[in-house]
Amino acid sequence: MAVRVMIPTPLRVYAGKRDSAEFRAGTVGEALAQLTGEFDDLRRHLFTDDGNLRSFVNVYVNGEDIRYLAKEETPTKDGDTISIIPSIAGGSCR
Amino acid sequence: MSEALNLSINDVLVEKIRQQGAESYPNECCGALLGRDTGAEGKSTRTAREVLEIFPLVNRREDSPRNRFFVTAEDAHDADKAAQAQGLDLIGWYHSHPDHPAKPSEYDREHAWPWYSYIIVSVQNGNPRDMTSWRLQDDRSAFAAEEVAIRKSSQGLSEVQAAGGRAWPYV
Repeated sequence: MAVRVMIPTPLRVYAGKRDSAEFRAGTVGEALAQLTGEFDDLRRHLFTDDGNLRSFVNVYVNGEDIRYLAKEETPTKDGDTISIIPSIAGGSCR
Repeated sequence: MSEALNLSINDVLVEKIRQQGAESYPNECCGALLGRDTGAEGKSTRTAREVLEIFPLVNRREDSPRNRFFVTAEDAHDADKAAQAQGLDLIGWYHSHPDHPAKPSEYDREHAWPWYSYIIVSVQNGNPRDMTSWRLQDDRSAFAAEEVAIRKSSQGLSEVQAAGGRAWPYV
């Protein structure tokens, strides 16, 4: 058993076309670090150059938004599922 | 990104997007593109991608809806579920640029993911004008223009309206 990270369709090309990956991780941050460690090309689409999650990238553990939990320190246990869902933003200026 | 990018969409869906842009003016409109992407699979030099339905969404950006749009993760999830219910994929997004060109802004680039198609329609004084489509490059440095083919929905024949990222006047 491990933590399963679901990889969204637009990013699968950077993850060997896989739709999910499993890691032994005690927190969301650890799981994402292992994910981007294994698939380095994913990193820039999830994190800013400063290492922060991009503002439009939303992460859920078993359907719960980690912003309302402990963010990247949110603990995970075997069998948990981490989902990554973008919010979509844009606009005409700058 | 060496392969040519192209997007097929029928004229009825194009008109729906344009009308939504006009009705939302002076605010930005937004929605999801549902369809199929069969992929080039290393054989063809062209990626086969077709929009088969649109999923209009509410612009959740309340503080500056005239030059920003926002789709919540929940709305994005709903769009994905709508696609799955129709046996389709969520292949991209559309939005309008009121009184601005149909070109992606720096803000668009910062908030985009690759692979998705991003259609932009310019709405000038309430009238929909040019429409373009774009995909973010792998390195996030810029958008690449998609060639868009508008099919006549009644005839099913392709009618290429734009190529190489040039904006086109819809006629």
